[in-house]
Amino acid sequence: MAYNVHDIRKQFPILNQEVHGQPLVYLDNAATAQKPLAVINAISDYYLKYNANVHRGVHTLSQRATDAMESVREEVRVHINATEAAEIIFTRGITDSINTIAYGMSNRIHQGQNVVITAMEHHSNIVPWQMLCERTGAELRHIPMDEHGELVINGLEDIVDHNTAIVAFNHISNTLGTINPVEEILSRSREVGAWTLVDGAQSGPHAQVDVQSWDVDFFTLSSHKMYGPTGLGILYGKRERLEAISPYQGGGEMIATVTLEKSTYAGLPHKFEAGTPHVEGIIGFGAALKFLNEIGIESISAHEQNLLEYATEKCSKIEGFRVIGNAKNKASVLSFVVDGIHSYDLGVLLDQQGIAVRTGQHCTQPIMDAFCIQGTVRASFAMYNTFDEIDSFMSALSRAVTMLR
Amino acid sequence: MATIQEKQQALIQEFELFDEWMDKYNYIIEMGKSLPTLPEDKKNDDLLVPGCQSKVWLHVEKRDNKIVLSADADAIIAKGIVAMLIEVFSDQPAKEVAGAQMKFIEDIGLKDHLSPTRANGLISMVKQIKYYALAFSA
Ligand SMILES: Cc1ncc(COP(=O)(O)O)c(C=O)c1O
Repeated sequence: MAYNVHDIRKQFPILNQEVHGQPLVYLDNAATAQKPLAVINAISDYYLKYNANVHRGVHTLSQRATDAMESVREEVRVHINATEAAEIIFTRGITDSINTIAYGMSNRIHQGQNVVITAMEHHSNIVPWQMLCERTGAELRHIPMDEHGELVINGLEDIVDHNTAIVAFNHISNTLGTINPVEEILSRSREVGAWTLVDGAQSGPHAQVDVQSWDVDFFTLSSHKMYGPTGLGILYGKRERLEAISPYQGGGEMIATVTLEKSTYAGLPHKFEAGTPHVEGIIGFGAALKFLNEIGIESISAHEQNLLEYATEKCSKIEGFRVIGNAKNKASVLSFVVDGIHSYDLGVLLDQQGIAVRTGQHCTQPIMDAFCIQGTVRASFAMYNTFDEIDSFMSALSRAVTMLR
Repeated sequence: MATIQEKQQALIQEFELFDEWMDKYNYIIEMGKSLPTLPEDKKNDDLLVPGCQSKVWLHVEKRDNKIVLSADADAIIAKGIVAMLIEVFSDQPAKEVAGAQMKFIEDIGLKDHLSPTRANGLISMVKQIKYYALAFSA
């Protein structure tokens, strides 16, 4: 079936509006994607028909809510090809997922060991590890990056060694669009017995991942970047790994027995799901996954790739335009600077013309430092963007540059 | 010498000439471009206005009971905004500055037009100016 972007757009009513008197062109998808009607309806359906707390009541509504939530867990399992649904933990987001693992490892890591990240991580995959290292005296290392925004992995053997406890890195960079060589890094990590965590924030909406074929220990996704509701993350972990670490939040749902002196933890996945879960978010995410899979992640990413190439070529005609991140394998992110012009000024004037982009450091300050820049303008594409929108973006950008020069 | 009130009125009238916000921004940008740059050694971190998304250095001095402002910014729109503040407040008696009603920012619609984070930056700039003015008029 041919990819029909106009039909797809009809599923996203929010796109059909004007901003400052101009049609909205939403190119901030790497920050968060818009939500289709299927997701919005699934959430209102839940509140209209079967809102109840889960796992707690024998009454019918509670059963229905529990079933709905647990069937999403199973759909996520299928989506990433995990072995069992109990390996799928619902978290508050990727930030929460990574903190769960970093905290959970506190007792398993000590001075003399190290944690490896890369030079192109989101702050949420840097700070939790820095905190872990501070607590335990372990060393934090990183895999460097070259001037194209590609990881330099030919020195991997020296960085990931027998003292490496975990290697945590992103699949696709939110700032550069670089698709990282996941399998090489995983394979080296396995060789030395290090645990592995892949941050799938940006791959969730663009790439199909099979956690068993990767043989990765932890993998995490963010619902809001995959056309689902905010405030929900997915943490996949191999059973033996999840069983080996302790939860960092205690409370209801996550216990087997509680006396006033001592409690024992529930089994997976509940051990890591303290408190009432984000039921509406989980149900909405189920609808988002279904929607995503009906269109097909491969067709979507092919469409986005065309947009990326078209936009890169068009914008390169602007004098002083410089792409930040020229990796050979790139997905749906166009980060750039225009020489002599502050990215913030471009962002303001693009917004005036209805174009939504992100400006600044994108929670990746070390990348900005590596490229010696203050920030970039980032246009990021999603399933509903069109070539006409890229044309509007391009002419708005030219006008902004002319005004600012 | 025009008063703070008159200067604000003049700016409001300038902005009324433009229907489109892109043109108003163009005016702000031109103000930014015509504001002299501060020498590098004056761009100290302690002159940075807190709460701005881009870097804004604001230098407030007192000369003959008057407030004298100079400023720079790394983004031109921020520089244009601070240039307007200079236009209104610089060379005015410290007492007047401290007690001035800031109406032009609302009247030209800039306040409503800026996102909350940017509006906060603008509020910080004004606060900074008034803070010094108050200290200097004591
Ligand atoms: C690469 C990357 N990692 C992590 C995150 C944080 O995800 P969340 O908002 O789910 O905490 C983001 C989102 O900006 C991201 O792009």
